[in-house]
Amino acid sequence: MNIAIKPHEHEQHQLGFVRRYIFSTDHKVIGKQYMALSALMAIIGGFSAYIIRWQLAWPESSVPGWGPIGPDQYNAIVTMHGTVMVFFVAMPFLLGGFGNFLIPLMVGADDMAFPRLNAMSFWTQCVASLVLIASMFAPEGPAAAGWTAYVPLSDNPIYTGVYLGQDLWILASALEFASFLMGGVNFVTTALNLRASGMTLMRLPLFVWMEITAAVVFLLSVGPLIAAAIMLLLDRRLGTSFFRPDKGGDPLLWEHLFWFFGHPEVYVVALPGVGIMLEVMPVFARKPIFGYKMIVYSTIAAGLLSFIVWAHHMFVSGMDPRLATPFSITTIMISVPFAIIVFAMIATLWRSSIRFSAAMLFALGGLASFILGGVTGIFLGSQASDIYMHGTYFVVAHFHYTMFPVTFFGGFAGLYFWFPKMFGRAMNELWGKVHFWLSFLFFNGIFIPLFLVGIGGSPRRIYELSSYDMLKPLQPLHVIATVCALGLFAAQIPFIVNLFYSMVRGKVAEKNPWHANTLEWTLDSPLHHPNFPVPPRVYRDPYEYSVPNLSEDWLPQDQPPSLVEAATAAR
Amino acid sequence: MLSGWMPPNVSTFGGQIDSVVYLILYIVGFFFLLAEGLLIYFSISSRRRAPRQAHYNRGERPREAVWILVPALVVLGLDLGIDSAGHHAWELEKSIRPPSTIEIKVTAKQFNWEFTYAGPDGKLGTPDDVTVENDLHVPVGQVIRLSLNSEDVIHSMWVPNFRLKQDVVPGRAIPAWFEATKPGTYEIACSELCGFGHYSMRGSIIVQTADQHAKWMNDNVLHAANTSASAK
Amino acid sequence: MAAGAQSVSAIAETDHLREIPAGKMAVWIFLASEILVFGGLITGFVLYQFAHGGFAADAAHVKWRFGAFNTLVLVTSSMTMIMALASARADDRRRVRTYLFLTILLGCLFLGVKGFEYRGEFREGFYPSSGMFWSFYFGMTGLHAMHMMGGIVINLMLLIAATRNVSSEFLQRRIEYGGLYWHFVDVVWIFLFPLLYLT
Repeated sequence: MNIAIKPHEHEQHQLGFVRRYIFSTDHKVIGKQYMALSALMAIIGGFSAYIIRWQLAWPESSVPGWGPIGPDQYNAIVTMHGTVMVFFVAMPFLLGGFGNFLIPLMVGADDMAFPRLNAMSFWTQCVASLVLIASMFAPEGPAAAGWTAYVPLSDNPIYTGVYLGQDLWILASALEFASFLMGGVNFVTTALNLRASGMTLMRLPLFVWMEITAAVVFLLSVGPLIAAAIMLLLDRRLGTSFFRPDKGGDPLLWEHLFWFFGHPEVYVVALPGVGIMLEVMPVFARKPIFGYKMIVYSTIAAGLLSFIVWAHHMFVSGMDPRLATPFSITTIMISVPFAIIVFAMIATLWRSSIRFSAAMLFALGGLASFILGGVTGIFLGSQASDIYMHGTYFVVAHFHYTMFPVTFFGGFAGLYFWFPKMFGRAMNELWGKVHFWLSFLFFNGIFIPLFLVGIGGSPRRIYELSSYDMLKPLQPLHVIATVCALGLFAAQIPFIVNLFYSMVRGKVAEKNPWHANTLEWTLDSPLHHPNFPVPPRVYRDPYEYSVPNLSEDWLPQDQPPSLVEAATAAR
Repeated sequence: MLSGWMPPNVSTFGGQIDSVVYLILYIVGFFFLLAEGLLIYFSISSRRRAPRQAHYNRGERPREAVWILVPALVVLGLDLGIDSAGHHAWELEKSIRPPSTIEIKVTAKQFNWEFTYAGPDGKLGTPDDVTVENDLHVPVGQVIRLSLNSEDVIHSMWVPNFRLKQDVVPGRAIPAWFEATKPGTYEIACSELCGFGHYSMRGSIIVQTADQHAKWMNDNVLHAANTSASAK
Repeated sequence: MAAGAQSVSAIAETDHLREIPAGKMAVWIFLASEILVFGGLITGFVLYQFAHGGFAADAAHVKWRFGAFNTLVLVTSSMTMIMALASARADDRRRVRTYLFLTILLGCLFLGVKGFEYRGEFREGFYPSSGMFWSFYFGMTGLHAMHMMGGIVINLMLLIAATRNVSSEFLQRRIEYGGLYWHFVDVVWIFLFPLLYLT
């Protein structure tokens, strides 16, 4: 094959260190930058979880490495934990990180449609992260009204005592929205417009479908929250009364605007995480994804339905009770496409041939956890059951069984899987498996007890249980959860060591160590710029594994049919 | 199964809520065990054993797709059943507020609960109303109608023993009700983040026999012209 | 061909999606999310109107003549924007510059009138903190004005590009995209005007 070096590549060599690695417009660099940024923010998010867990298990004691903690600080830390994890870890890691790195490669393009816009989206996210960190140093502390920032608690500073911190929270969130609006535009345009020849929509890797759906859902749902954020800022700083009841405002308007975005947002996070599992599973099961088209249609259906379920967060909010049953019905309907996707993933495993690599373990563990998260959602989607469960720890456990697995297990599945492509070296598989089993064990150890805490009636966001006689018996559950949380943090050590060691001293990887079919594996590791020395040509969908009568159990998307015939004939 | 964990229910509509919770538990429990069971079983039975190859199957033929679509339809059907049961239980607590002579105005504020009884004149909103802090005394076996108000931010009145939960929103008077079936003291928790004192915003509902309650009302609400009295 | 393997389709199938230029797609996607921002505000305003039985008393203080004049100004500016695009397509740089300049001028006129209105309202004692109607009035027109300023900046950049030696195709595309944004800002005003001035 004649590899003609395009003029572009020459240019890249000419660029200085700053243009090449810091203000790069190369989607692969930007993807890694997003991952690094979200890893740093994850330290903050994880540390805040540590403080929360310690406080809940041993309320009388001072948190080692932090100090004693009071109830107002606790509320601020809970707020930071939620905000950081959703907006500054999950989204940048799954969308900014994996989305950026993989979408152009998987569709056969040399870069995103708008590389400079892409760089700008990353730097905007950086500024957003810095603004949020800065808010933690505001005089009265950071925002303390929860990541949901219900009004009037967040609207009038006298209720929390927090002034600048909440304003900076609004600013950081707005910048994050701007960053992902830019990114979303790039994702959709690239996936629709820059596909290689032969890459029809129904031949796209499911990860790309998930990312596009997530991007579209985000783009269409974030508007009302931007409007609400502007209104909140105006209320706080210009004395408007959008949400102030004493002047005719309505606190429920905030809830509607927030959740109109907030619900689709969780699918924006969940779909890409599931998408990673959908890429990893067929490779290590050596079997096509069961029901590709069903999964695509279910994904689109879930994306659409996600816009009409939001008020299930508001059943007991004081909104008209007649709205409860309609939203219950739409919410229950959204379980159908997800059921289809989950059943299809399980069917993919049936009569397959599974190699339990670290990546596969994470994908399977993520799926298993997500299933529990999904079914516990029914208790919340049913209006009557939600009367009991709303605002309790049951909700906390539910969303940690959905958001956490897709981000953590899905994310690590992706990291162990694509690491060779990103860095040209292999991660240690044994330590990867240790990382998985310890994490899986401790993760469940944290959140199963928390389901029970919620069923026992404990509200959320409480500094300690001792005020209520009915909750005191639940205290041991918090201790178990915290011990497991400490275990979970410790379990990340093998990963961190493995990651950095492998980056510099890992075994050099061949270009397709997993024998996978998607386009990124046809290229040398580490990757060049531009990605494809010769524009690829696609002939089939990505999951042709164990096709009968072939000499290999995999069939890359870009392998011409004539070569396939030759391989068949050779048997 | 859950009853060990949920506080005992002592309200008339609470049983219906519990029935829905249990219905959901059985249905999702079944699907949970089925899905996880298959996932584990297939993972183990399909572990790689050379030279056995995976079975090439794309799941796109109708007779294959039905294995996914039929269970999904079953899920849909069961879900709609859950919603129907849920609707009845929901209406009971939220839409149908039985008439009663006992009306209490509940005021939530940072960080406690106030309960206002109609005074001797029997009408709420008149100068002889009596307001008590934190403890609501009510008679057993009678419908108690509540009007929930907030002085400042959104709170939420959560009485686990009654399966009663209703957010309390400033600028609104939100109706609620309950009828307790057993005397006792039952805690109220605030279940919506309302500031630094959220965790300790505890109240209690003291359900008394008719006689006990009549005496309590006599001592605390009916005889004095005080507009506010602390509970004994 | 291997049994069960997918058949190969013909070389170079076309998806009609790929015929939309990337830039145009991007602008439409961006505008879609912007529509939802203003949509959120407008929906909130409409709902409050129902809840409060209208804002007639406060709304009476808004000067509908200025609003109507501004509407005319904006509609005219959309026309000049279209003319700029037509001139770009006809490769008449001079006319492109003229029409872009007029559009910018009309945009500035709009902002000037709006500023004058605000000053009058402040003089009469109406501020954003003066109640529900004024919260929405200042909030929505303020946000709209900021979008106008953005549009003016974009048009200035287009004007500068039109003085330079850029390709005709480049200029046409950019003016088309800038035009889409400008028309969007115009359409938002078409919604705001009756809501705020004519109720």
